[in-house]
Amino acid sequence: MIPDLGKYAIEVLSAYGVTILLLGGITGLSWQRWRRLKAEVERVERGRDG
Amino acid sequence: MSIWEYANPKKFIATTTPLIPWVFGATAVCLVVGLVWGFFLTPEADRFGSTVKIIYVHVPSAMMAINAWAMMLVASLVWLIRRHHVSALAAKAAAPIGLTMTLIALWTGAVWGQPMWGTWWAWDPRLTAFLILGLFYLGYIALWEAIPDPDQAADLTSVLCLVGSVFAVLSRYAVNFWNQGLHQGATLSMDAEENISDVYWFPLLFCIAGFVLLFLGLVLMRTGTEIRLRRLRALERQAQRITA
Repeated sequence: MIPDLGKYAIEVLSAYGVTILLLGGITGLSWQRWRRLKAEVERVERGRDG
Repeated sequence: MSIWEYANPKKFIATTTPLIPWVFGATAVCLVVGLVWGFFLTPEADRFGSTVKIIYVHVPSAMMAINAWAMMLVASLVWLIRRHHVSALAAKAAAPIGLTMTLIALWTGAVWGQPMWGTWWAWDPRLTAFLILGLFYLGYIALWEAIPDPDQAADLTSVLCLVGSVFAVLSRYAVNFWNQGLHQGATLSMDAEENISDVYWFPLLFCIAGFVLLFLGLVLMRTGTEIRLRRLRALERQAQRITA
């Protein structure tokens, strides 16, 4: 499945691994914070209006 | 209709929230196509061997690290000139994404440089300017966190952004300014003779599109978060005044 990367396998795989890890990390954290803040603002606004 | 309508936080959130899933959907398509095509289906290059596959993550991340700063510069100028809060918050929202892109470009550059140049790092003009840009990202994020008053923080970080733009430009053009160092010139060129071979170019285009769309989706989402955080603090202050 994985192409033969020869003697540079570690370099290539670590480049892809770190990229996916960092991009996945910032996307996951941003999404989690977006959901949390959205729910928090809605809760406070409901409390104020109610 | 004017672009300044979106300086209204409510309008910004109402307009961008439905767009976010579409932007992330397009991001996923471009990244999957580009990375799978580039990693699995492109041949080794004569000079680079299989390390040529690093191009699909190194070039788009380096490009976006510089372009994110350019976007922050425009947003900072809008804040300084027109005092639109959304633009200051968009610049703030973009900084961690730009820092992430910088870290990816530095790491992928180091692991590519080691087998090709025989060293992980060189104090080459382009690399040094890029490292300084990364430090500016850290300083920018730290400055936002260090100043409690958001308007004052927006003013000072905007000035820092203007100063840091020198290094964003140098990261891009240092090779042209000082004809020395290990790093090659631009990978992409409008000149067909200078541009990389089509077999690498087409998957790279998908990867670049994927990184641009990911940046856009994250900026929209994070700007919405910053607007909500600001709103939450205003509501809390209001509640405190009522109870006092």
